[in-house]
Amino acid sequence: MTSSQLATRLAPRDRTLALLGGEATDANLRRYLHGIPGIDAVGLEQRAADLGSRSIKTTSKKWALDTIIRLIDLTTLEGADTRGKVRSLVGKALTPDAGDPDCPRVAAVCVYGDMVPHAVEALGSAHAAGTGDGIAVAAVATAFPSGRASLAVKLADTADAVAAGADEIDMVIDRGAFLSGHYGLVFDEIVAVKEACRRPDGSHAHLKVILETGELNTYDNVRRASWLAILAGGDFIKTSTGKVAPAATLPVTLSMLEVVRDWHRLTGEKIGVKPAGGIRTSKDAIKYLVTVAETVGEEWLQPHLFRFGASSLLNDVLLQRQKMTTGHYSGPDYVTID
Amino acid sequence: MTRLAIPKTYKLYIGGKFPRSESGRVYEILAKKGDFLANAAKASRKDAREAVVAARAAVGGWAGATAYNRGQVLYRIAELLEGRRAQFVDEIVQTEGVSVAAASAQVDEAIDRWVWYAGWADKYVQVAGNANPVSGPFFNISVPEPTGIVAIVAPQAGGSLLGLVSVVAPALVAGNTVVVIANETMPLSAISLSEVLATSDVPGGVVNILTGSPAEIAPWLASHADVNALDLVGAGDLDWVDLQIAAAETLKRVLPPENGPDAATPSIDRIVAFTETKTVWHTKGLI
Repeated sequence: MTSSQLATRLAPRDRTLALLGGEATDANLRRYLHGIPGIDAVGLEQRAADLGSRSIKTTSKKWALDTIIRLIDLTTLEGADTRGKVRSLVGKALTPDAGDPDCPRVAAVCVYGDMVPHAVEALGSAHAAGTGDGIAVAAVATAFPSGRASLAVKLADTADAVAAGADEIDMVIDRGAFLSGHYGLVFDEIVAVKEACRRPDGSHAHLKVILETGELNTYDNVRRASWLAILAGGDFIKTSTGKVAPAATLPVTLSMLEVVRDWHRLTGEKIGVKPAGGIRTSKDAIKYLVTVAETVGEEWLQPHLFRFGASSLLNDVLLQRQKMTTGHYSGPDYVTID
Repeated sequence: MTRLAIPKTYKLYIGGKFPRSESGRVYEILAKKGDFLANAAKASRKDAREAVVAARAAVGGWAGATAYNRGQVLYRIAELLEGRRAQFVDEIVQTEGVSVAAASAQVDEAIDRWVWYAGWADKYVQVAGNANPVSGPFFNISVPEPTGIVAIVAPQAGGSLLGLVSVVAPALVAGNTVVVIANETMPLSAISLSEVLATSDVPGGVVNILTGSPAEIAPWLASHADVNALDLVGAGDLDWVDLQIAAAETLKRVLPPENGPDAATPSIDRIVAFTETKTVWHTKGLI
C-alpha cells in the first residue's frame, strides 16, 4: 500500500491495522516496533547539540520569545494546588506581563482533573480552544504521574475531566507494561482513553500521550513508544510528566520529532510534540524552536502542533522580553511570583 | 640556569567559581614601570548579568544568617588576609610602584579595617535601629534590614587593596551581597582577594568580582532592575551623573563618587547606607 493510499483511503484504525499487518497484538506490535531502525545515540546527541548552538538575536529573538509564550502550557501540578492557585495561574495565562498589553497569551493552562472546573470558571469567555486569543484547559489524567491504576479508574478519571470542560487530556502510558514488552496492553489503553475523550456531541478532547522518557532508558525505546502512541491514535506525544528526572532533553525531543516527521511523510497527518519539565530558560526554549523548525518545519511552531509544558519558563521569557523592550536588564521583582 | 617565568591569566569570580569572561576577552596588567605582569579577564555586560544572578541567589542565605555568624565569617576573611600578607604586599609593590613599607602599611590597614567592619555585624542594628516613642499602648520598633544586591565601582586610584576592602566590607556587614568592578589598571589585589574569599567561609555568590572596564560595565549594573543599590565611589572619572539617573529609574540607593586618600573612610554610615528601615508595631502586654 502506498503512502497516499494510507493517507486518504483508510480510517485511522484501519490504517494502523494495515501498517501492522493484523490486529494490535503484542506479537504484531513487537514485529513492527522492533523492525524500526535503531537510533545512533552519538549522532542524535551531536545533532541536538549542533542545533542548540545557533545564535538567535534581535528581531529573530523577539519573534522567538513571543512564539514561546504562545506555545506554553502554563502548568501547575502540585499536591498543594488550590482553587486560588489555579485562579492566579489563569490570571497569569491571560495577562502574562501586566506591564505590557501587547504580550501574547499562552496556549493553555494545564492542571489536575479536579481543578478543571475552577480553571474553566476563571477563564470565562477567554476559554476557547484553538481560536485566536482563546486559552485551552488541559488536564492530566489516567492516574498521573505514575499511571498505576486499573483501566476502569483511568477511564473514569479521563471522562470526568472531559465532562468538566477539559479541551485536552494529558495521559501517561503504562511504562511497566511497555518495558516488559506488553505493547498490546499499552496500545489498547491509549485507544480506550482516546474513546473516553469523546464528548456527547461526538467531538474529541485532544489526547496528549506522555511517554515519560526518563523511565524508558534508551532512545530506541523512546522511538518505539512514540510510534506506538501515534499508531494508537494520540494527537500529541509528550516527553515527560515533570515528576521524573531526567525530564525533557533536546536529543529525546529531537528523536520524537523525527518520528512525527516520518509519520507525516507516511500518512500526511500532523502529530504534535510537547516537551515538558526541565525547560526553565528562554535560551533552552529557543533551542527547541530551532530543533522543531529544522526537523519538521516551521509550520509546526503553532499551538496545535507544538507546546512547552512549563511553569517557571514563562517568567524567564518575560524577563528577556522586558530586557529587549527597555534596553536594560530586568529582575524577578518585575514578574509575578508563581 | 635562568628560569622561564609563567605569567598567569586570571579569571573572574562569580558565584563562588572562577569563570573566564563570557566574551573571551582578556587585557594586560602592567607593572607601574610598564612591564607585563599577567593577563586579567575583561568582563562583559553578560558577565555582569551572571554576577547579579549569582548575587541574587546568595541574598537569602547571607541576609538570613545570624548577625553573629556573619561577623565570624567576615573575621575569618581577615585571618586569611593576614596569612597571605606577603603576597598582597608583593603585588601592591609591583602594580602601584610603592615601597615595601608603604605596601605593608596598606595591607595592615586593610586587614584592620576588615576586622573593624566584621565587629559591626552584630552591633550596627543596636546603633541604627530604634525603639520609637508613640502615643498609644504599643512598642514601635525600627530595625535596619539589608537592601539586597549592592553594585560597587571600586576606587580606581592607588591603594588598590585598601580601596576595595573599604567598599566591599561595609556592604557585606548588613547582609547584602555584592557585585564589584575592580580597579581597572591594578586588579591584582582584587583577584587575590577573590582567591581568599573562595577558600573562606563566605558562601558562593555573596561577593562577585569583575575585572575589566568600569566605563563599559557600570551602566549595565546601574540600570539593572535586580540591583538594589549602587556605590559609585570609584566612578569619578565616568559619567556618574548618567549612572545616577539610570539607577533612579529603579529607585536604587546610590552613594556618590569620592576621591583622594580619604575615599570611603571607615564609618557606620557606609553600613547603614545599604539598609532599609523596617518599622513594626507591637501591642504592649496589658499586665
